[in-house]
Amino acid sequence: MTSSGADTNFSNEQMLGFYRDMLRIRRVEEQLGKDSLAGNLPGAVHLYIGQEAVGVGICSQLRDDDWIASNHRGHGHFLAKGGDTKLLVAEVYGRKTGICRGHGGSMHVADFSKGIIGANGIVGAGISITTGAAWAAQLDGNGAVGVAFFGDGAANQGVLCEALNVSTLWKLPVIFVCENNGFSEFSPYSTVTSGSIADRAKPYGAAHETIDGNDLIEVWQCAARAIRRARDGKGPTLIEARTYRHSGHVVGEHTFLSGTYRSEEEVEQKKAGDPIPAFAKRILEAGQASQADLDRIDAEITAEVAEAVAFAEESPYPDPADQGAGYMFA
Amino acid sequence: MAKKRMIQAINETLDSEMAKDPKIVLFGEDVEISLFGDTVGLKDKHGAHRVRNMPISETVMSGMAVGAAAAGYKVVCHMMFGNFMYTGFDSIANQASKLRYMTAGQISLPIVYMSVFGGGRSAAAQHSDAMHPMFMNLGGIKVALPATPADAAGLLRASIHDPNPVVFLQAAGRGGESGEVPDGEVIFELGKAATVHDGDDVTMVAIGAMVRPALRAAKRLAEDGIGVDLIDPRTMVPLDTEAILSSVRRTGRLVVVDEARDLCSAASHVAAVCADQCFEALKAPIKRVTVPDLAMPYSPPLEKALLPNEGSISATVRDLLGKPAGVEA
Ligand SMILES: Cc1ncc(C[n+]2csc(CCOP(=O)(O)OP(=O)(O)O)c2C)c(N)n1
Ligand SMILES: [Mg+2]
Repeated sequence: MTSSGADTNFSNEQMLGFYRDMLRIRRVEEQLGKDSLAGNLPGAVHLYIGQEAVGVGICSQLRDDDWIASNHRGHGHFLAKGGDTKLLVAEVYGRKTGICRGHGGSMHVADFSKGIIGANGIVGAGISITTGAAWAAQLDGNGAVGVAFFGDGAANQGVLCEALNVSTLWKLPVIFVCENNGFSEFSPYSTVTSGSIADRAKPYGAAHETIDGNDLIEVWQCAARAIRRARDGKGPTLIEARTYRHSGHVVGEHTFLSGTYRSEEEVEQKKAGDPIPAFAKRILEAGQASQADLDRIDAEITAEVAEAVAFAEESPYPDPADQGAGYMFA
Repeated sequence: MAKKRMIQAINETLDSEMAKDPKIVLFGEDVEISLFGDTVGLKDKHGAHRVRNMPISETVMSGMAVGAAAAGYKVVCHMMFGNFMYTGFDSIANQASKLRYMTAGQISLPIVYMSVFGGGRSAAAQHSDAMHPMFMNLGGIKVALPATPADAAGLLRASIHDPNPVVFLQAAGRGGESGEVPDGEVIFELGKAATVHDGDDVTMVAIGAMVRPALRAAKRLAEDGIGVDLIDPRTMVPLDTEAILSSVRRTGRLVVVDEARDLCSAASHVAAVCADQCFEALKAPIKRVTVPDLAMPYSPPLEKALLPNEGSISATVRDLLGKPAGVEA
């Protein structure tokens, strides 16, 4: 199956909304990348830069009671599903006002009130958790769906096959979104992954699509089909969204890695496929917005990020005496 | 003697052992470029067939180690972070640890499951567990916890030579882990403790990365006339109970420092063994300095408050001896 490619008619407002949502992720991540490189953040930071069209194309059509689970590269999914910028930044800064009160950090941002089961430090973990949340939605009969975001590397965890089998058998309302960004940590795709990931759905009889993950409209349309299928009780879809990780696996990796695993030329060439300028071009050419509109959005987002950073910086660190109180039962 | 970082000591040991024994293979996620630096360069030296990157597939990885070992190879299986041992736990817990026993000794499985473990780096709860007590409880698996680069070299060499599975948990990457390593092929017998500081007032058993702050505390306490007999067990399975018991019989007091959560920590086991076997020698209750029963948090002040440190170790000893800081000993 491939997507039709036909443009759905989105209002100017919707198109600008997509743009804003992608740009928010980009600017937050640029900020956190800078902070991390400067040594101002406590833990490891994995940037989503270059993959924004996937998170936004899918999450923009989800309801608050739909579930998402994500991976270590989870800031983008958190924001795309409606997570708060300030609460995210404060968490990554390790502050008391963060969404997990400093207990989780970058790799664990979660907001259950918005259906964000959370980022995850264990590669592949979100796949089974989302399958369970989708089962709960099926039991509730509320039409909610679960979306698991994971990488091409995670697709090599056996749990993907297990989840495809049970979710197809039980017709669970779940969508497996593999963001194939070309790398499993420092290993290029072809060195650790055989065949195509979307094809892994075939033996189970699960729906599957391979799409251009840098094309927001293509992502949106594919997700719309998968969500419909899920809400209609027709079972899971495995989506392989082809994209590219602009930044390193982890911020600062050049300071400790002994070698390189991709060339500068490759990175530069792939960056030409950046989803955000491509989308800007599309709306400008379609006359759906002016450059002034885009500039205004950028200014607003920049202010939002600055406000979030100020909020985080002004926030205290959590008090060790309070830690875990009420959260750890044994 | 030369000053080395722990990862360097590990790297050199792997290198020299692989050079000697073509049956040794090493695999794991990104072992070629090496996240921690401990396996860097080994593929170029020993060949792509012996040093291999794995896909992110811990379930098959830990099981492949069992199969390859059963079929005659000596396998070093690098699991990266200790928490990923959970992802590959089935073959460790149900297969590696039990097959020799269940087949009445038909096979031995020379496997080293190695990883970096423990807190202190704001890596949060899913990358910071100190899970050595869980492995101790399995049985059928030795558990090595190097505290210094010399320990790392000596214990890793012994682990590779050992015919049975060993979990080798390195506390590397938490800074300050450089130290002197003897020249040549250093090897430390598994199950043989080291006394790293002498004293007559209290026996202190410090496990893995806790040896360093414990030693600082012991030196500081010595200035105040408090003698700490500091023992690094080096391996928790097998455990050199004789070294610990004979020290406790002499000092009459025991403090165990462990970075595991308190509940069922390795410290609990050491305490139990002493309570059981040298109760009559004890002049005071046995004390454990462990991690409170929470999980490792991300935010630095939270994490710092949980980990044992020189201050909390010294305070425990002073309390035990009724000699608060600042009072003449
Ligand atoms: C179970 C487990 N194994 C290994 C790791 C270490 N690790 C973290 S991210 C990563 C690579 C993940 O690649 P992919 O799934 O493609 O996601 P990407 O980083 O490309 O977004 C690895 C090996 C982990 N966190 N969890
Ligand atoms: Mg990837």
